[in-house]
Amino acid sequence: MNGGADLGGMMGFGPVVEEQDEPNFHEDWEARVLGITVALGACGQWNLDQSRHARETMPTAQYLNASYYEIWLHGITKLLHTHEMIDAQELSSGTARLPVKDNCNSLRPEDVDRVLMAGGPVNRPIKDEALFAVGQRVRTINEHPLAHTRLPRYARDKTGTVTFIHGFHVFPDSNAKGEGEQPTWLYKVSFDATTLWGESGSGGKVQAGDKVHLDLWQPYLVAL
Amino acid sequence: MTDKPTGAQPHQADHTDSHSHLTDIDARVRALESLLSEKGYIDSAAVDAIVQTYEKKIGPLNGAQVVAKAWTDNKFNQWLNEDPTAAIHSLGYTSRQGEHMVAVFNSASVHHLVVCTLCSCYPWSVLGLPPAWYKSAPYRSKAVIDPRGVLNDFGVELGANTSVEVHDSTAEIRYLVVPERPANSDHLSERELATLVTRNSMIGTALLAPVEGRS
Repeated sequence: MNGGADLGGMMGFGPVVEEQDEPNFHEDWEARVLGITVALGACGQWNLDQSRHARETMPTAQYLNASYYEIWLHGITKLLHTHEMIDAQELSSGTARLPVKDNCNSLRPEDVDRVLMAGGPVNRPIKDEALFAVGQRVRTINEHPLAHTRLPRYARDKTGTVTFIHGFHVFPDSNAKGEGEQPTWLYKVSFDATTLWGESGSGGKVQAGDKVHLDLWQPYLVAL
Repeated sequence: MTDKPTGAQPHQADHTDSHSHLTDIDARVRALESLLSEKGYIDSAAVDAIVQTYEKKIGPLNGAQVVAKAWTDNKFNQWLNEDPTAAIHSLGYTSRQGEHMVAVFNSASVHHLVVCTLCSCYPWSVLGLPPAWYKSAPYRSKAVIDPRGVLNDFGVELGANTSVEVHDSTAEIRYLVVPERPANSDHLSERELATLVTRNSMIGTALLAPVEGRS
């Protein structure tokens, strides 16, 4: 979706400012939001792509004004509501009211290390032949879905070159809708910076040879 | 952690500099955690353990070890280039947001920069949690359209013959930049070299300074 999260190429946010000796968390609640988000993920009620989509559907103006962990808090709160694990009344009263889902086994402290170290690979067994080969010129589709996509606005309807084939990966667009993983080929596609941004770029600093690489699934691409 | 208001992201200073806002959000998170615990959806001790893992165990030192090894061990360097996930996992850095890794190597002719314009994808397994600037709108918007401008924000000026390659982390592939080995560092061991590798150099927003005291 063309929401607040799709930021590539926007202007007017000012310079990137680094905080010296920045802590991982500025406030206790930020640490709790990170931990709760990861712990709830292990509960298996939603997948990574649904989690991302819950964050990016924060109203655009709100998203642009929120801090990172506020966006995460918005995301988990929304998912918990959608999955009827909590409701507004419970949150305001602090008392459980809805029936408890019996298919969520909470992550136990003794399992945290194993679960974090195992991660969650998204490559899947290969089911068909790749449509594109390394070196092939491709064009990205020009679609603006309301739903989740990982093809950013700035790279739509652009011509690039397949420079690597990563493998057969879960397709976020379907996975975020709860329509299954529908794994497909994932390619590294390389674009000349001038193709994306014109000859001068934003600051007149684009040089020949500058590139932007994106990892794109087969349904995002058409042969030239 | 402090109780003073902070601009968690620089462009939001006006927004977050509100004590009542922080108090409110702190209370909301406490209420949420307590409710989720009561319902058995989370165990607060597990939340503690997750936080502690990223506070104490998984951080940029992991990535620094990978880089130092790549500088000193040709075989590993080649492995890191050809099968980066296996090479990095072989050092024990297997955790989440590092399941599928790619290493990109800076040189005099190419400088690599990593971003996630759509959210904040970052190689947690080798760099830990991302800094606020990496997740901020200024970085995510500018890195793809004006990477040299971003580098200037970090005080980095590239040579005239160096091209810039930006990696937008749109999928579950996570990128680790292998910076150029600092000048005058031939005498240093792998362990000593690891101490020189900064987090930002592994994202691509810093170059490593020459080692002083030798020429």
